[in-house]
Amino acid sequence: MKKSARSWRLVLLVAAALAIAALVLAVAGCGGQTADAVAPAVPGDPSLTPVPMSADTILGAGASFPAPLYMKWGSDYNGGAGVKLNYQSIGSGGGISAIEAKTVDFGASDAPLAQAELDANGLAQFPMVVGGVVLVVNLDGVADGQLKLTPDLVAGIYTGKITTWDDPAIAKENAGVKLPSTKINVVHRSDGSGTTWIFTHYLTDAAGSIWAAGADKEIAWPVGVGGKGNEGVAASVQQLSGSIGYVEYAFAKQTGMTTAQLQNKDGQWVKPSIASFNAAAANADWKGSLPSMYMVLVNQPGAETWPITGASFILVQKDQADASRAKTTLTFFDWGYTSGADGATALDYVAIPANVYKLVEKQVWPTITVSGTPVWP
Amino acid sequence: MSTVADVRRAPPRRSVARRKATDLVIKVFAWIGAWFGIAVMAFIVWEVVMRGAGALNVAFFTQPTPQDVTSNAGGFANAIVGTLAITGVAALIAIPMGFLGGVYLAEFGRNGRMATAVRMIANVVMGVPSIIVGVFAFAILVKPLHHYSGFAGSVALAFIMLPVMARTTEDILNLVPNEIRESGLAMGAPRWKVTLGVICKAARGGLITGATLAIVRVAGETAPLLFTALSSPYWMTGLFGPGGFFGGPVANLTKTIYDFSGSPYPHWQELAWGGALVIIIAVLGMNILVRLLFQRGKEW
Amino acid sequence: MTRSLRLGDPVFRVLATACGLAVAVAMFGLAGVLVYNSWPAISGLGTSVLTTVAWSPVDHQYGALAALAGTFLSTLLAMVIAVPLALVIALLLVELVHPAVARVVGTAIEMLAAIPSIIFGMVGIFVIVPFIQDKLVPWLLTTPLGGLPGIKPGPQFQGGGVSIFTAGVVLAFMVLPYITAVSRDVLKMVPQVTKEAGYGMGSTTWEVMHKISLRYANSGIVGAVFIGLGRALGETMAVAFLIGSLFTSLPRSLFDPGTSIASLIALTFSEATDKIQVSALIELGLILFLITVVLQIIAQAWLRRVQRSTGGRA
Repeated sequence: MKKSARSWRLVLLVAAALAIAALVLAVAGCGGQTADAVAPAVPGDPSLTPVPMSADTILGAGASFPAPLYMKWGSDYNGGAGVKLNYQSIGSGGGISAIEAKTVDFGASDAPLAQAELDANGLAQFPMVVGGVVLVVNLDGVADGQLKLTPDLVAGIYTGKITTWDDPAIAKENAGVKLPSTKINVVHRSDGSGTTWIFTHYLTDAAGSIWAAGADKEIAWPVGVGGKGNEGVAASVQQLSGSIGYVEYAFAKQTGMTTAQLQNKDGQWVKPSIASFNAAAANADWKGSLPSMYMVLVNQPGAETWPITGASFILVQKDQADASRAKTTLTFFDWGYTSGADGATALDYVAIPANVYKLVEKQVWPTITVSGTPVWP
Repeated sequence: MSTVADVRRAPPRRSVARRKATDLVIKVFAWIGAWFGIAVMAFIVWEVVMRGAGALNVAFFTQPTPQDVTSNAGGFANAIVGTLAITGVAALIAIPMGFLGGVYLAEFGRNGRMATAVRMIANVVMGVPSIIVGVFAFAILVKPLHHYSGFAGSVALAFIMLPVMARTTEDILNLVPNEIRESGLAMGAPRWKVTLGVICKAARGGLITGATLAIVRVAGETAPLLFTALSSPYWMTGLFGPGGFFGGPVANLTKTIYDFSGSPYPHWQELAWGGALVIIIAVLGMNILVRLLFQRGKEW
Repeated sequence: MTRSLRLGDPVFRVLATACGLAVAVAMFGLAGVLVYNSWPAISGLGTSVLTTVAWSPVDHQYGALAALAGTFLSTLLAMVIAVPLALVIALLLVELVHPAVARVVGTAIEMLAAIPSIIFGMVGIFVIVPFIQDKLVPWLLTTPLGGLPGIKPGPQFQGGGVSIFTAGVVLAFMVLPYITAVSRDVLKMVPQVTKEAGYGMGSTTWEVMHKISLRYANSGIVGAVFIGLGRALGETMAVAFLIGSLFTSLPRSLFDPGTSIASLIALTFSEATDKIQVSALIELGLILFLITVVLQIIAQAWLRRVQRSTGGRA
């Protein structure tokens, strides 16, 4: 091989590497332009000071239940305030773990922590949004909202007592629905999940005679296969015909999956909808739940209530190190409470009402301090 | 004990036929096996191309990853840049160190006790599962500092690359004939000049191949980044600070593909396939490219 | 010039030695961090991690037997598929084809090694899983094979798509290129003279391979198998996609979902709150690390035997 040919090839490779490097720098520079400027303040924000660069990205992690909403809020808020919310959907267990390890600015969990655990880890907890957990099924020939399931049926399926779709117990409630004789493929969560917490509280409350596995973020499931996150459960049910799973409503609606009607505490058959979630949420006694704001919303009375409703909570460290970051984080939540209702409704979540926000702002947020001084307002 | 008479007896014809038949069957199996192996490889590439090609448009390469499940916008641009950055920094750490380590093994340590030990350890580290390396990087760089970072991801990848680079360098340098070393030293040049200037120049093709293949191999890794660089829907905002390379999570191709392919949204799944196609093109492309360009590289 | 001789060489030598030692330091650092972080679990749980079946953090049960069983079964299946396949392909590359063709075929097989794990996982979950659960398993269950223990669906059966079987099959193709490459290198080391002696006596290609090459390269093949084994045990992403997430019971059938050590760590590490849980996971990581180290050492030892017996550089 001639020396010139070898050198030519080397030059070619080096040139390619340099070109890629230049491209990377150019694009990274383009994307990071806002780093040089100071982000503008949120219009209408009570504090008019602009956000310093050290606080222009806030990192949250946790529940997949509210993930579609938080991520949408993140992109909306980024457009308005220039502050970037990076929300990682890793499950409520992951959110609790992350905020306790202080690797994130806030954690999200649908399974609220009891006051003892909050105190042990120096955390403040407040509800951000309310949503509904629905049963999704993958059955040919069954339309959305057509299948009817009583609490006992759901518990029977999830304990493995009812194994096929054409079981007489299911057929009894579903006259006229064409049910195949295939085995029911049960899908639950494989990770520590607040959605599981809500769902199992429902089963314990509404079908306690059949359901004996308890109510927690993670339980020893009698049957079924696990999916990671609400996303994984939805994907698993989509993949295998004859599957049933439980997911937050946005995951069912946004992907066009078939949901089931449930019989609520009053004996009424309800379809999942923001109205039915609202009906359940209206019963919440938030004032009585202070200071931890621990709340269970399953199986609420009312003709229209959706029986598997739950609130999703935010966890923050009470003792903050960086005042500007803490302020930016709370400013985002303030925006969520005051201006995020439209985004919530678009994804069928129930926004927390203004009077409850007042409670949070006056009772919980003052406990979030930097060296003793409250961060908010 | 066989006698001359035994040997002169002609072998029974059936036995020869059976031996030939067995031979033929094995040969057929060998061909089937080889074709099957290639078919699987082609099938995988084909599936990725078919499912991912539709996702590769201008938006894919310019827009950051989507956060809004209701819209069809979004791309993978920040993930691609993030992977380039993380892999680039990992290469900056591991390639020079690995190269010098390989020089040590080939030129200085050779068959000494320490070098043999280092060689064996390098072989062992190459087999360590990458998830363990990710846990290690989490334990030393994420947990104590209380934040995820692209740099932690780079360290994890560098850890994997280092022994690969060292062993590859050693193998390449060993192929260089001793005469070249001796003639360089005989001219009175110092050892380092001979090693860097003469031997490496002779082994240049192989070294570049080795380095490129090491980089490309870690570019496709997911497990080390799961608990280190995490992911982000935004562009990196510089080096430090919560949005920066050293200060916070950095978007990367593999973790994003992992997240999106596990999601139930068709648009996100399609984006994931697009990302997979980008990786396949980059990885297989670089593999083929360096082998073609530098044919005198390590004999694979 | 004498100046640079005085400074340049020692500096270079020290630098190179330091970098060489860095590899060793890195490994000991890794081992040390693993041991340190898993100590609470080792002292608190003892051997119960290896003897209890269920991994159930909510019950404070940290048994990895289900994960070990899943790792073992999926790896076994992968090796059963990959080793014979790799050997015949290596045979082809060494004996049956022209070197130029061998180069092309060999490169194509090696491209399998270059494909990242996550892509195997994606193709697995979107293409292979539906095929297995919709076509293969229903068909298999109608044949007599469907009643055999180990194939007959267990109580946790979920269609058989996301299962140990699928994970094992995909793993087989992930380790195939490694076993093939090492086997081919080892078979190439068999002295030409010995093979020619066999041919000269009228042996067929298979007989030369079988009675001469494989005997010679015996240890090397074993080494190759151990290398493939080590890779299969540590494979994370593809297995995490395909094996299911059943942490609480032993699989009764190849088509049941299960879990593996690596995928258990990958899927549950970020949400481990309990100190003991984190520690137990790192202990599992340590166990996996030790297993792969031991396998690598054995593999290297066997490979060196071949080099010595064929007169190569020991």
